[in-house]
Amino acid sequence: MIPQPASARLSQKRGCTVQNPYLPYPVRIDEIITETEDKNLKTFKFVFVNPADEEKFAYRAGQFAELSVAGKGEIPIGIASSPTEKGFIKFTVNKVGLVSTFLHNMKVGDVMGIRGPLGNSYPWNVLEGKNVVIIGGGFAFTTLRSSIVYMLDPANRSKFKDINVIYGARSPGMLLYRDELASWERRDDIKMHITVDATSDPDWKYNVGFVPAITEQKAPQADNDTYAIICGPPIMIKFTQPVLDKMGYAHDHIIMSLENRMKCGIGMCGRCNVGKEFVCKDGPVFTLAQLNTMPKEY
Amino acid sequence: MKVITIDKKGWASGIEKTKSAFQVFGPVKEKEWHSFKALGPGEQPDMAYSNTRISPKFLVQPQSEPMFTYSLDEAVEDHHILKEVRKDTAPKAVVGIRPCDAAAFLIVKRNFDAPQYQDPYWLNAYNAMTFIGFACNTPCSTCFCTSAGYGPFNEAGLDVLLVDVGDSFVAKSLTDKGDTWLKAGGWTSAADASGKIEALMQAAEAKITSNVSTDKLKTRPTTQIYEAPFWDDVAFSCINCGTCTYSCPTCWCFDIQDEARGTSGIRMRNWDSCMFPMFTIHGTGHNPRGAKVQRVRQRFMHKLKYYVEKYDNGIQCVGCGRCIRLCPVNIDIRKVCNQMNDYDPAACVCPA
Repeated sequence: MIPQPASARLSQKRGCTVQNPYLPYPVRIDEIITETEDKNLKTFKFVFVNPADEEKFAYRAGQFAELSVAGKGEIPIGIASSPTEKGFIKFTVNKVGLVSTFLHNMKVGDVMGIRGPLGNSYPWNVLEGKNVVIIGGGFAFTTLRSSIVYMLDPANRSKFKDINVIYGARSPGMLLYRDELASWERRDDIKMHITVDATSDPDWKYNVGFVPAITEQKAPQADNDTYAIICGPPIMIKFTQPVLDKMGYAHDHIIMSLENRMKCGIGMCGRCNVGKEFVCKDGPVFTLAQLNTMPKEY
Repeated sequence: MKVITIDKKGWASGIEKTKSAFQVFGPVKEKEWHSFKALGPGEQPDMAYSNTRISPKFLVQPQSEPMFTYSLDEAVEDHHILKEVRKDTAPKAVVGIRPCDAAAFLIVKRNFDAPQYQDPYWLNAYNAMTFIGFACNTPCSTCFCTSAGYGPFNEAGLDVLLVDVGDSFVAKSLTDKGDTWLKAGGWTSAADASGKIEALMQAAEAKITSNVSTDKLKTRPTTQIYEAPFWDDVAFSCINCGTCTYSCPTCWCFDIQDEARGTSGIRMRNWDSCMFPMFTIHGTGHNPRGAKVQRVRQRFMHKLKYYVEKYDNGIQCVGCGRCIRLCPVNIDIRKVCNQMNDYDPAACVCPA
């Protein structure tokens, strides 16, 4: 898969006593933000109970973690904060099942756990020096937010060429991180193409239309130095891929992040495999060229 | 390598002696079937057994196992913070394990002892074990260990190999752990039985007449086997009961669940099975392996294609034949393996 340097936590030398990769770091909920008008998406900001754990949780944009609630279980969630943001980590969680519903009812100050970072991340060693086109839809914008904040950091911006972002949601009220989207709109070192499926808001000053159509209008033409990162609902991916094909994007220049049901997050429990690859450990990030050789079990 | 002869008259007393240094497990008959049990004082392994119904994998990976404990009582310090469960890592001897079942642990170890992550529960339990293997003089009709890459006298994964030579067992010590076990039993008389063992091994291997072909599994493209037309046929009679995966010594898939009563709880792991739709269902209701045929295919693809490609170390099967004997609808992994190995889409003349 996409080669990545091992993170600090993973490269620890193997000793006699095996460290327990199932043990979460204790964290405290520091802030809860309701992101969307349907109130189904909340962003949780966590601080580590033991400050030294933050360093052990050294992550890259595109990785995920298991959010662990004692008595309920764990859920694999993409990391929404950027490695350049210090002192906290953020996750945006959709209310779907047992753990996420319980989490939505938790309060600031509550103690829970974070296990990770997990997975391979976006291929930053490949993306350096390249144009990056980010295409996101709905609530799958979390690790893309992490990536944008990471690339826009003053220490990193010069490492990348043009950055284009196409991000769509059903309606203006369903867009995540609206304040940040507005502030990125005002910058000249990132080209934002925000869109909604439809809106009755007369003051809406951005695009109206589905992500595939906006991609066709706004995304730069393909070349060897341009990579597209796509994250979104299956229907968006299904209709965006032919657009990218038409624009000439090679399949090894299209980067996708998969989701599957997970438990262990470290490639052992056996359920999230797609062919011989585990989405949790070998992914979640794969190029379309890789996915073309794998069964479509995701 | 030490080769010791153990007179059967001195066997039981030696086993008793080993109990001071090891917790001893052995095959014990319960109702119709054998199973590995911890042997108390005076209890002996039944060395007249063929093989256990359930594989001994549960000795290392219990069907249900606590991982962490926690308190949900906010008055307690460290509430909601997970604490590791202390595990018994005292030495254990598994006496009479068949070579196929011991080799199975080596297959499973590749999953739990990976370069990036190591599973402490599995590895600590495995490292505490001394495996006293028992060569098969009379394999079953469903055994196909020889073509799976192993054999009735296979030594891989064992610390001692016992061979029944009539009035005595010949014990081949294969590791330091094996030496320690033999010493604990007080068995010291050296044997020169290599010719005898060789003859018994050849006789046993000759009794294994069923086999699988695995030579082309690695090189055939995944998508080609995945899309082969025979899967509907293979899965047709399957009832997704999970017997194959639970009885299999090389199936390791597990689930993690929290269980809380009042204010105290545990996080535990339980055997799971790719035969069950819940294994892969997403929170949204979408299920990448929602259809029976997809789950049946996953089991065989994992064992006979994904594993082969990933580790380049043979198939994820030791040929013990349990899934064949226990399947209520007679699905036979030997037949499926051969179908996968021999499948050539160019030569396929199946009606469209």
